[in-house]
Amino acid sequence: MDKQRRKFLKIAGASVVAGIGAPAVIRLTSNSALASEHGTAAEHEEAPAAGHGQASGHAEEAPQGVRLGMVIDLRRMNENPELLDGAVAACIAAHNIPEFPAEKIKQEVKWIWKAPFESVFTDHSVHHAAGKIKNFPAVALCNHCDDPPCVRACPTQATFRNKLNGIVAMDFHRCIGCRFCMAACPYGARSFNWQDPRPYVKKYNKDFPTRMRGVVEKCNFCGERLALGLEPACVESCKGTGAMTFGDLNDPNSEVRKVLDKEFTIQRKPTLGTKPSVFYIV
Amino acid sequence: MYNKGTIIPGLILFVLFVTFPVWFNGFTTAGDLPKPELPPGGEKQCVMPAEYMRANHMQLLNEWRDNVLRDGNREILEIDGKKYSKGLQTACMQCHSRKEKFCDSCHTYAAVKPYCWDCHLTPKETASKEAIH
Amino acid sequence: MIEKTLKGKPAYWIWLAFLGMFMAIGAACYVRQYNFGLGMTGMSRDVSWGLYISQFTFLVGVAAGGVMLVLPYYIHNYKEFGRITILGEFLAIGAIVMCLLFIMADLGQPMRALNVILHPTPNSMLFYDAIVLNGYLFLNVLCGWVILTAEKKQVKPPKWIYFFVYLSIPFAISIHTVTAMLYCGLPGRHFWLSAIIAPRFLASAFAAGPALIVIACLVLKRVAGFDAGRKAMDKLVTIIIYAALLNMFFVGLEFFVGYYSNIPGHKHALEYLFFGLEHHGHMYNNLVPFMWAFVILAFGSIALLATPAARKKNDFLLGLGCTGLFLAFWLDKGIGFVLAGFVPTPLHEITEYIPTANELGITIGVWATGFMVVTLLYKTAIGVEHEIEG
Ligand code: SF4
Ligand code: SF4
Ligand code: SF4
Repeated sequence: MDKQRRKFLKIAGASVVAGIGAPAVIRLTSNSALASEHGTAAEHEEAPAAGHGQASGHAEEAPQGVRLGMVIDLRRMNENPELLDGAVAACIAAHNIPEFPAEKIKQEVKWIWKAPFESVFTDHSVHHAAGKIKNFPAVALCNHCDDPPCVRACPTQATFRNKLNGIVAMDFHRCIGCRFCMAACPYGARSFNWQDPRPYVKKYNKDFPTRMRGVVEKCNFCGERLALGLEPACVESCKGTGAMTFGDLNDPNSEVRKVLDKEFTIQRKPTLGTKPSVFYIV
Repeated sequence: MYNKGTIIPGLILFVLFVTFPVWFNGFTTAGDLPKPELPPGGEKQCVMPAEYMRANHMQLLNEWRDNVLRDGNREILEIDGKKYSKGLQTACMQCHSRKEKFCDSCHTYAAVKPYCWDCHLTPKETASKEAIH
Repeated sequence: MIEKTLKGKPAYWIWLAFLGMFMAIGAACYVRQYNFGLGMTGMSRDVSWGLYISQFTFLVGVAAGGVMLVLPYYIHNYKEFGRITILGEFLAIGAIVMCLLFIMADLGQPMRALNVILHPTPNSMLFYDAIVLNGYLFLNVLCGWVILTAEKKQVKPPKWIYFFVYLSIPFAISIHTVTAMLYCGLPGRHFWLSAIIAPRFLASAFAAGPALIVIACLVLKRVAGFDAGRKAMDKLVTIIIYAALLNMFFVGLEFFVGYYSNIPGHKHALEYLFFGLEHHGHMYNNLVPFMWAFVILAFGSIALLATPAARKKNDFLLGLGCTGLFLAFWLDKGIGFVLAGFVPTPLHEITEYIPTANELGITIGVWATGFMVVTLLYKTAIGVEHEIEG
């Protein structure tokens, strides 16, 4: 990395810019998280100084660095079902996700999807639950676990936890398609490309690749968008409704932490010790 | 016992046979050196000098790949006032917008098949199913 | 010594041609799968491992089973196994070849398989599995070949080889233990999440592996005039019976934990396997007949093998009992164990898995390859035996 940088800097007029726009353009209050995503040394020291100085010390798990996470308010989604469909569609459009017809459902690829409440929260009883829970559409996606079993299982580090921000990322170039991670993920968050996905991608986003057959994929917390100072596509699609909030869980001043501090939230299968970074308000 | 009449033509045939790749190319393709198309938009500046890119673009792409995906280092490069975000689709294809006339011209000649395009989209492919956003 | 494989009776060649045909079918099916992707199989997002990985799991057991000959012979100096120990080692080679082929068939990107070595990842059980499997293959090739060469020259095997023979014993245990750890360390897959998986795997391996060796000995007696000796066979059958009973005991324990604790997660997969699982008004019971066949075959075969008739005089009954047991444990581990782990899915839905014809073609092709390897190795071993005797 450094070798590369030096090579570039030898060219006259070359420099490294922190982000396409300066942090001012970043609308997120959790911009410390976004700044560190850019990874330049200077920013990395500056930005956390603002947010994390206070964080260290009074949290139970002695958080270190940035841990990106999300709060999903299922009440909002329930009031307005279009929000959920919009979030799913936004992810599909942003990431060139194929959409297979019903007869090819076994090939299905999904990063974020709608599922009944009792499927998403299998540990929660819906017996005698409030009527609204019964037909409650919930939403599932990768939890970007702090202690991810998929990463533990992967024999090639094709899936790994990004230390800078806690995103559990995939390197499609390296994945051998053993699908060990799919067996290991207790949330069914991963999909395999059983065939070439391209014929089933409806529209291409020119700034993102597709995948090839034989590799696993899942939600990437929109790492590519964060780098440009944008929110995740699904979060952006519900902008202004409070249905989805994204940011640094370790930063007590972030928007996502404010929601977490105020509301009662639940995680999926917390007993498994995976420490999900996606929280839900029911 | 040794028949000159068959040994010598036999030797000649043998030599011709083992040197087949050399002269065959001479007759056919060696003349057509590949001519990769310069950026249709007329851009003159690349992230690195042309000679460097010609020899080392694959290493550069690998480094970018590891920077972006593995090290979480998605810094934007600014070179002579132009900004590049590391990536085949987000940087290279911005100028070299016709992969078929640029990348393929040498890759076909050298008979290499990089697997980049199994996943990465060329502008032509994107245009075939353009997203409206 | 390899030249021994080039001479044989017509039956030998017909058998090889028969296997070759299935290998060709398997290869053709694999080309189709390679070009299209694993979508040619019946696997899905929910049942993401199928026949390939379940065969792999079973065959690791067959390979590990060879140690039940090596251990008594080399450690306890049980001389009766002298003639058949090499059969155990060669069977292990064939079984591991099949294991590796099944893994390759299952990979989405087989050309990148070396990434496991290029990017070694000590927290992944698959990394260790790759090491111990290849290590065990190497050890068996080395020991089998050196000892057979010594035998041919009618000299004692060199001393250093015993180091590798002894080393192969912990390797045999570890291949199946690590394979069990692929499954039993995954959170949220209740059926697999059981500390008894590794011992259970070993028990069924120590029954199924030797059972196949007994069958091989009976076949070799008829077609190649090779007599393993009644005493050796009898000892093997004793080992088989104890190991088989142990496996059934372990299965019973799984039932106790599931049904007595009454925790749904621990019951679901067992219910799905043996009684069918109802979900949203639909009954899912694809595997029920297989599992009951397993139970009946297992107990029937154990009973048969325990009768003096099968053990002392009747080769047919002995063969029948061993075949029954081998099939039983194939149903248990080569079908039920892996597939049931995916039921229900993490979202408590049920997807059933039915292999496709192409997938079956590849599976049969790999089995045929394994049998081919074992046939050629056994032919060599027995050729050497005959040579020094006659
Ligand atoms: S939800 Fe699944 S895929 Fe995502 S980090 Fe956790 S274990 Fe891995
Ligand atoms: S399928 Fe790919 S990401 Fe998943 S465990 Fe295997 S190599 Fe890792
Ligand atoms: S965070 Fe990004 S990748 Fe993940 S579900 Fe939302 S849009 Fe998709």
